[in-house]
Amino acid sequence: MISDASSLIVADKAALDTVPKLIAHHIQTRPSETAYREKEFGIWQSWTWQEAGEEMRALAMGMMGRGLKAGDHVAIIGRNRPYFYWAMVACQSVGAIPVPIYQDSVASEMAYVLNHCSARFIVAENQEQVDKVLEVQDQLENLEQVIYLDPRGMRKYDHTRLTTYRDIQAEGRANADKISVQMDRIIAKTTGQDACAMLYTSGTTGRPKGVVLSHDNVIKTSQASSEFDHLVAADSVLAYLPMAWVGDFIFSIGQASWCGFCVNCPESTDTMQQDLREIGPTYFFAPPRYFEQVLTTVLIRMEDAGTLKQKIFRHFMDFAAEVGGDMLDGKPVGLLDRLKYALGNLLVYGPLKNTLGLSRVRVGYTAGEAIGPEIFDFYRSLGINLKQLYGQTEASVFITQQPDGEVRSDTVGVPTPGVEIKINEDGEVFYRSPGSFVEYYKNKESTEKTKDKQGWVATGDAGFLEKDSGHLRIIDRAADVGKMKDGALFAPKYVENKLKFYPSILEAVVFGAGKDMCTAFINIDLQAVGNWAERNNIAYSSYQELAGNAHVYQMVQGHINEVNRDIASDEMLSGCQIHRFLILHKELDADDGELTRTRKIRRRVIQDRFKDLIDALYGGKTEIFVKTPVIYEDGTSGSISATLKIEDASVAFVKETAA
Amino acid sequence: MSRKTAKTDTKDSYVTADGRTIGPAVMEMQNITLRFGGVIAIQDISFDIREGEVRAIIGPNGAGKSSMLNVINGFYHPQEGQILYKGEVRKPLKPYEIAHQGIARTFQNIALFKGMSTLDNIMTGRLTHMKTGMLSQALWWGRAQKEEVENRAFVERIIDFLEIQSIRKVPVGRLPYGLQKRVELGRALAAEPSLLLLDEPMAGMNVEEKEDMSRFILDVNEEFGTTIALIEHDMSVVMDLADRVVVMDYGKKIGDGTPDEVRSNQAVIDAYLGVSHD
Repeated sequence: MISDASSLIVADKAALDTVPKLIAHHIQTRPSETAYREKEFGIWQSWTWQEAGEEMRALAMGMMGRGLKAGDHVAIIGRNRPYFYWAMVACQSVGAIPVPIYQDSVASEMAYVLNHCSARFIVAENQEQVDKVLEVQDQLENLEQVIYLDPRGMRKYDHTRLTTYRDIQAEGRANADKISVQMDRIIAKTTGQDACAMLYTSGTTGRPKGVVLSHDNVIKTSQASSEFDHLVAADSVLAYLPMAWVGDFIFSIGQASWCGFCVNCPESTDTMQQDLREIGPTYFFAPPRYFEQVLTTVLIRMEDAGTLKQKIFRHFMDFAAEVGGDMLDGKPVGLLDRLKYALGNLLVYGPLKNTLGLSRVRVGYTAGEAIGPEIFDFYRSLGINLKQLYGQTEASVFITQQPDGEVRSDTVGVPTPGVEIKINEDGEVFYRSPGSFVEYYKNKESTEKTKDKQGWVATGDAGFLEKDSGHLRIIDRAADVGKMKDGALFAPKYVENKLKFYPSILEAVVFGAGKDMCTAFINIDLQAVGNWAERNNIAYSSYQELAGNAHVYQMVQGHINEVNRDIASDEMLSGCQIHRFLILHKELDADDGELTRTRKIRRRVIQDRFKDLIDALYGGKTEIFVKTPVIYEDGTSGSISATLKIEDASVAFVKETAA
Repeated sequence: MSRKTAKTDTKDSYVTADGRTIGPAVMEMQNITLRFGGVIAIQDISFDIREGEVRAIIGPNGAGKSSMLNVINGFYHPQEGQILYKGEVRKPLKPYEIAHQGIARTFQNIALFKGMSTLDNIMTGRLTHMKTGMLSQALWWGRAQKEEVENRAFVERIIDFLEIQSIRKVPVGRLPYGLQKRVELGRALAAEPSLLLLDEPMAGMNVEEKEDMSRFILDVNEEFGTTIALIEHDMSVVMDLADRVVVMDYGKKIGDGTPDEVRSNQAVIDAYLGVSHD
């Protein structure tokens, strides 16, 4: 941030305790190296540290000139673009706290967050976001300024509170001589204890909570995790996950400003896959769902390939499954196998990795949900160092991560350096770390409930540490784990994850707490099932029709039966076998409140919303008529009605006699 | 959005409620009659298109809307009446001459080069702005190279404007209908027209695609000041988009005015809108 304050040159990076200071360090030491890239107008535009620093500074001074003060919250609403990362640092430079908000939030969700953090300033991307803010502005008492990036379509708007990003920057540049010194003083005065950002949790239960992270939280965690994986300035990331999600904040602000690597922003949300190929990041994060989808696409496309290609692909993929993982882990592999793997790399693995944009990935992570072992092994056998980590917003992401060479699909790794873990008598995981959040904003009660006086934070997840390896294993959300009527353990997420490993099942919701048997809602994956339907000459015209198809039911039933057999072998969880199921007529959707913005299911909402369906599952009916209200992307509402079939699944082994 | 304050009784410029300046007429149809053998497609129609406005032509099937657009475009030559374009009487023209006059159009049944990418299709719209010869273009040498880069930059702005970055390199034939329509609009925009003719831009689209397309049409009109004449079937869309509407039925003009005026015109209600529910 500081282009001319020589007083801030510090040789030792560890002494820099805020993000703006770290960025100033990179501007000082590596001014002409690339800090940000964004594809626009078909070309990768780039900004050096020096240039980015100037942009941040101009914006910060502009906002300060407009009255932004230390301690203010500034909402940031937009997709991943350098301008918004700059806006975050600009806020921090003034002592204000950036609050990134999910860009796909509907206006009412936005109103809650904006009100809760009493945002005076909002930095929004375009007309779409500004419209949402204006829609709820009557409820926002503190709102003073809306700064927007893309002026398109907003010419005729009332501009008393609306200003473009560039105009604010121009004001900042014009007033530099007045504001500059004052701002440098604030940057110097801010310490690691001050708030760095406030991120709202996705809220699987109840209202989202504002998690306050200090500069210390963010920087110490970024430092530890970067050193764990040897991340350096030469690495690069593609910033494509929501800016409001803590992961993106830590990767693209925290680790990027610690290591000084380049943050690349895609051209649009839809071009992510192409942009990934062009950038070829060395450090890559994606949720399990992404890896599943990509694998599904690959397999579907392979089915359209010629026989020879298919044979080569199958042969080498089978071979990779045998030795690929071992080679990645540095275990001994015979010379002949190594040679064959090299040939496979030339013919299959290399080109495939290139197509997926993962050729250069040195460190890849997935987290958030369990990943299917086959999917995980597929990527690792290709030579992609995909690992798992376990974390949450309250921990500045990192709690545990898998070290190179100790990667397995069923654990989430060992504690990140600096993190302590303990398991209480109920099996709930607790941690204490330099990254543990400061507090939930304006919610003392929740803060005290989650974080005790000694600094131990409850994760809300049930798990255990493996004795011999020291790896953490997560079973389920502690709150979701319950008892069935007969006292058997009920762990819905465990079963749901097993179901979701099938490409044709997109989402599953299992019920059974306090009941005498388990039942499930299934969401099919339109891409996978649609393709399967085409191949099997099954005609359909809509999602709803496909979901209700008898053949689809049969296929899903087959999957459930397999899962049941699998679960039956587990003594503790054999009661969780699914007795009856139905395929939902609509996809569970965040716009309808059924999923969080990070696509986790909201059990309580689903239970209330589809109460009649659950009753039908337990009532022994074979079909039921439903009418569900839905909210379309443009905010208007309608309804979907359908008659759903309910099918029985075969239960492999039942301990207690069930209905 | 109140775009419904257009005045029809003056030749002077005026400013709309949403801040756009509508100038005097750029095109005037005067007593146009078009016949195909014994069939009278258009009968004695007069109306004008003013600079900077969104002018809609509506009517039931077979009312003569597309014929009217083809007359405006210069593709059909009316047997009677005349057209004034920028104050001059229009003579029969060749397609490229029309393009050079600053008129671009899209088609009801999409006329793109299916095997070419989105980018290449839109690039063809820049043809009238390229001055170098075929040989230097083929060799990609000297001025041709510079010209191509400039035009590509312009096309990229359109791609950004229409939010079709993700299909830049995809052959148009593989795209869904709604996107093809958008690419076609892009190609028309690439010619930097002063008058843009749209033949049923929303036909066959779902609600969301229609909303997107409406937004693009309004943005084109607002950001570039392009005069737009469009034919449309979907009444609700037209009423929100257009400054003024001409209503045709069986080749005759049965109404002309602001959307509100047209809506309350009894002849129009009888012919097209059915009975008002208000």
